[in-house]
Amino acid sequence: MSIEVKNISKTFGNFKALDNISLKVETGELVALLGPSGSGKTTLLRIIAGLEQAEEGQVLFSGQDAREKKTKDRNVGFVFQHYALFRHMTVFDNIAFGLRVKPRPERPSADQIKKKVFELLKLIQLEWVANRYPWQLSGGQRQRIALARALAVEPRVLLLDEPFGSLDAQVRKELRQWLRKFHDDLHITSLFVTHDQEEALEVADRVVVMNKGKIEQIGTPDQVYHNPANAFVLNFLGNVNLFHLRVEDGKAYVGDTAIEVPGFKAENAKTASLYVRPHQFEISRQPKNKSFLKATVKFINPAGSMVKLDLVTEVGSSVQAEITQEEFGALRISRGDPVFVGLKNITYSEYEI
Amino acid sequence: MLTPVKSLSAKTTRSTLGRTESGPVKWVLIAIALVFLAFVLLLPLACVLTTALNKGLAVYFKSIQDPNALSAIRLTLLTALVAVPLNMIFGIAASWAIAKFDFRGKNFLLTLIDLPLSVSPVISGMIFVLIFGAQGLLGPGLIEHGIKVLFAPPAIILATIFVTFPMVARELIPVMKAQGSEEEEAAITLGASGFKTFWLVTLPNIKWGLLYGVILCNARAMGEFGAVSVVSGHIRGQTNTLPLHIEILYNEYHFTAAFAAASLLAMLAIVTLIAKSLVEAGMHRQIQLSQSDNGEK
Repeated sequence: MSIEVKNISKTFGNFKALDNISLKVETGELVALLGPSGSGKTTLLRIIAGLEQAEEGQVLFSGQDAREKKTKDRNVGFVFQHYALFRHMTVFDNIAFGLRVKPRPERPSADQIKKKVFELLKLIQLEWVANRYPWQLSGGQRQRIALARALAVEPRVLLLDEPFGSLDAQVRKELRQWLRKFHDDLHITSLFVTHDQEEALEVADRVVVMNKGKIEQIGTPDQVYHNPANAFVLNFLGNVNLFHLRVEDGKAYVGDTAIEVPGFKAENAKTASLYVRPHQFEISRQPKNKSFLKATVKFINPAGSMVKLDLVTEVGSSVQAEITQEEFGALRISRGDPVFVGLKNITYSEYEI
Repeated sequence: MLTPVKSLSAKTTRSTLGRTESGPVKWVLIAIALVFLAFVLLLPLACVLTTALNKGLAVYFKSIQDPNALSAIRLTLLTALVAVPLNMIFGIAASWAIAKFDFRGKNFLLTLIDLPLSVSPVISGMIFVLIFGAQGLLGPGLIEHGIKVLFAPPAIILATIFVTFPMVARELIPVMKAQGSEEEEAAITLGASGFKTFWLVTLPNIKWGLLYGVILCNARAMGEFGAVSVVSGHIRGQTNTLPLHIEILYNEYHFTAAFAAASLLAMLAIVTLIAKSLVEAGMHRQIQLSQSDNGEK
């Protein structure tokens, strides 16, 4: 089932949580709502579930207006950040809850419920915890139980609100991959909220980047990372260095060095902003051409798959660069050394006239 | 690894140091508390029991089985039986509204709930005289239709409800606030109706707090004197509750009978205390559970 929201707006007091949001999630897709806290992503998810009411706009499930439907009749699976497991019930009773509260004619028999619960426990690989209470489980286990509980009623869409937000880094990574695999097996239309860009890029088919109640960009992880629609998206999806350029006679300068910006076409601009990701620098001992900037090495962190360098250019701006271990080995630089910094594959620049 | 060990040892030293140094101080404090307790609580209780029994068990039981005493006991039980369930329902509804929703006038409602605690019970009684009295707001109309409220059980019950209505709500509001509404929301997304959500999710989570509130409410309902005294009319065998019955007996120098009746209320207090501490143990267990629930990641 597809989910579509049209022109949704929502305010809390004076705070505009959502401002004319439109979005469509196709059947079987796994979409991430990515944004900083306060960007309205959770509010949007709650409106889709019916836990919150929008002032304006529509929510459509497979093209049908869901406004008249109460939460309990929307048939959505909702997974909460803090699990929201029923603390006085065992794991078995938690998962069986949705089946047991069905109206009598639709309610499965006790045997059927038992069978279904154990199927789900098997799916999440936690058959052995059926008789335990939530407080006896780890965070990762609890979140998997919460997912099984949501799936028990066979929802048509799955909504996950920061599902891994309160887990520690290691468990988070495991569960993230597990969610992706799980989605590939079940193909249930899913929308999940996260503020972790790595999580969104790794798991989702498409990413919706939100900020201050608006959508900044919708696209595949590749699109939003490599072709960001604006500076916010670029900034939010990983580290970035900002250069303020002066433009004279159609050429861009940092200090006295003319920088060659590929595709630079704002001849009439006076200033420009250039955004460069850490891996888009080329570091060398000697300038390879005239647009290399002179800089000094301030700090080297070689731990990791990439070597992280903190540099200060001759005009005094600090630069964070990442180079491969091989490049680092060939350069043989240490702290305090002078180097030259070139730019490659720049993805984003803004011009002010 | 080093830090926790360090802080642990620091803590142990501090507490042992504290224990050795303040030994005498500690015993003096305990002694003061015990002496105070003996004078203020145990001595009166002993007095009540000895005076009640000083003419023998036969007199004791006779004074309890006196028709007027029995009628007072019946009225007291009836009052509690009506007031406590009503206040339980009201308490759940009010604390649900306050803890789970945001609305205009929420603070005003909170203040209103506390009102009976801050007003003298005599004034609480006077309110009902002003409403239901012969010159009152509703009194003449009701009397015309042959409905007697004031100086009759209805007014006693109403005054008791008024005086005891904060008891349950005040216990439940913090419990419900602490638990938030995520579990209820989860139940609703799983297809549960409002009633099923309340019955299967909310109620089990608040049961200890609710029980605690009900026990306090019951104790207060049975023991209320001031407000009930104003509206009762003191008609012997008809509108006297147990506390009023005791007062009348005492004023007429029937000390043994008065203290025999008083011993019933004292026993109610003891039962309440025991029930309260049992419930507190249950609450403590639940708090520990929910803490390990939050603490562990």
